[in-house]
Amino acid sequence: MEKFSNEVWVFVEQRSGKPAEVSFELLSKGRKLAEILKGTLKAVVIGSEMHKVARQTFQYGAKECLLVDHPELKDYKTVPYSRVMIELVSKYIPRVVLYGASFIGRDLAPRVASYTRSGLTADCTDLQISDLTYLRKDYKDLLLQIRPAFGGNIIATIITPDVPIQMATVREGVMENVPLDTAVKGKIVEIPYTPDKIDKMINIIEKYQEENKVNLKSAPIIVAGGYGMGSKENFGVLHELAHVIGGEVAGSRAAVDAGFIPHERQVGQTGVTVRPKLYVACGISGAIQHRAGMQNSNKIIAINNDPEAPIFDVCHYGIVGNVMDVIPDFIEAYKHKLK
Amino acid sequence: MSYRSIVLVKQVPDTANISGQVMKPDGTVNRAMLPAIFNPEDKVALELALQTRDKFGGEVIALTMGPPKASELLRECLYMGADKVILISDRKFAGADTLATSYVLSEAIKKIGSFDMIFAGRQAIDGDTAQVGPQTAEKLELPQVTYTEKIVDINKNKITIRRRIDGGHEVLESPLPLLITVIKDAAIPRPFRATRVMAYKNARSLVELEKMVEGNSLLYIEDLKDEYIAKSLFIETLTMDELSVEAERCGLQGSPTKVYKIDSVVLGGGKHIKIEPTKEGLGQLVDKLMVDHIFG
Repeated sequence: MEKFSNEVWVFVEQRSGKPAEVSFELLSKGRKLAEILKGTLKAVVIGSEMHKVARQTFQYGAKECLLVDHPELKDYKTVPYSRVMIELVSKYIPRVVLYGASFIGRDLAPRVASYTRSGLTADCTDLQISDLTYLRKDYKDLLLQIRPAFGGNIIATIITPDVPIQMATVREGVMENVPLDTAVKGKIVEIPYTPDKIDKMINIIEKYQEENKVNLKSAPIIVAGGYGMGSKENFGVLHELAHVIGGEVAGSRAAVDAGFIPHERQVGQTGVTVRPKLYVACGISGAIQHRAGMQNSNKIIAINNDPEAPIFDVCHYGIVGNVMDVIPDFIEAYKHKLK
Repeated sequence: MSYRSIVLVKQVPDTANISGQVMKPDGTVNRAMLPAIFNPEDKVALELALQTRDKFGGEVIALTMGPPKASELLRECLYMGADKVILISDRKFAGADTLATSYVLSEAIKKIGSFDMIFAGRQAIDGDTAQVGPQTAEKLELPQVTYTEKIVDINKNKITIRRRIDGGHEVLESPLPLLITVIKDAAIPRPFRATRVMAYKNARSLVELEKMVEGNSLLYIEDLKDEYIAKSLFIETLTMDELSVEAERCGLQGSPTKVYKIDSVVLGGGKHIKIEPTKEGLGQLVDKLMVDHIFG
């Protein structure tokens, strides 16, 4: 059997020099994977004046941070970033490479996977390391890349058994952010960057980016509506409930696609993953992709007029009834008890 | 100045309407069991390519890889206004993941020859990976712009594109050629034009003509093909033999990602507390949530 490396790499993404939350979540997960592999966690930081961010990765257990620091790498651009990443990955052949499933990660990772002919699985909801037998061949320490597929009717476990590099993207919020109490004694390895004229083929001539105003991830209470709400107007009762009990309003992908609620408020596999104290699911059937984004909530209330809806399998309190009748009564009961 | 565009399109199972017996034992999908539709964002990509042609002139070629059934999708591209459509179809290409798919697509594109732009949907609804576009660009050593919201302008050899990024957008300027993936909001696909439906409803790919020949000893494939070419109703079909591809990089064999197992989503039977949808019931719920320290 071929001898592969046991390094776990995390691509640390930054926007205007600020590291993305998802990168720390991936470092936290990557540390656990590296432990099982008896290997090393390494971070890759690309940008300009990123030494501080590079040191931050030690707080998450990165033994080494590969730092590519150059003024021309300040903003993410496909060609230079993928060129740098391809060079590093081809040289060191890490066993696992993780990227955030963000606009940047989903633009970058496929190019690196394509060049290095590695396996890449998008939007994983879980990652594990396991020995297994596939087509009568035994494999040791493979990365199991787990994600819902096919409209959420199935959960697929993807493996990349015969290639040295296994890559995956993961959405923000899916993994937990767990810094170490004491940072490890890590090492920054500076990698020189040599600009190439192809790096300047595409120029950014305008950029508009704002901090996410909607912060579902830190909301203690979330009131979410699905396609079953029927209309944008009907979402009014959810806004009212959220206002009364002090929460944020969110929606399922179906509700977002129907235009009931904006995309930045989407909870689920392709939206935000949340773990609030209370999650109220209204008119949400509970497809696996949605559940992937909310099932770790502390308490879940499900309101749906279909008693067979899968959402009732993950809730703590289930109400079979019409949302438009139940919510106003719920608001009244709340006001009555807590006035 | 006119531009030549290639649009990558895919026929996908309508994932909103899936029934039970669609997975094969090897974990791949039995597409024959499912209603097949035009991948929504690919349709937007075609529309954007057609708009570009209508404005600047040029040609739009739709390209798909899939089973013979995917010819249906190419007819729909013709109904919308594509100038030319090409089917890549071979049993040896089946079971391809994004890496093997992008490899075959890039080889087919090399065969088509020169182009100014490649359009594709951001992602397909069956896998939601968004990988085939960037991987095809990488293989052709092209720059890429993903998440395109709008083509702001094309001026000679330079294109200006607005794309979505986390929490906003950016405007990029790129030389041609390049690959663009588009999001749903970029354009509204035009309906099929009745005259084009009449003109192209009998367009057939080679694999479809072969099927017609199968049950009919009076038909010869070469004659039939010539007849369809003469009537401009032949959908060009590329098999493995026509492409200079390495077999071990195609199909299931060329796919590093393998489906190890498929778990159907098991429903737990619901061990939750049932609350009556009445004022009393909801009052009790509020009490419970106070006990849980969520309220109060």
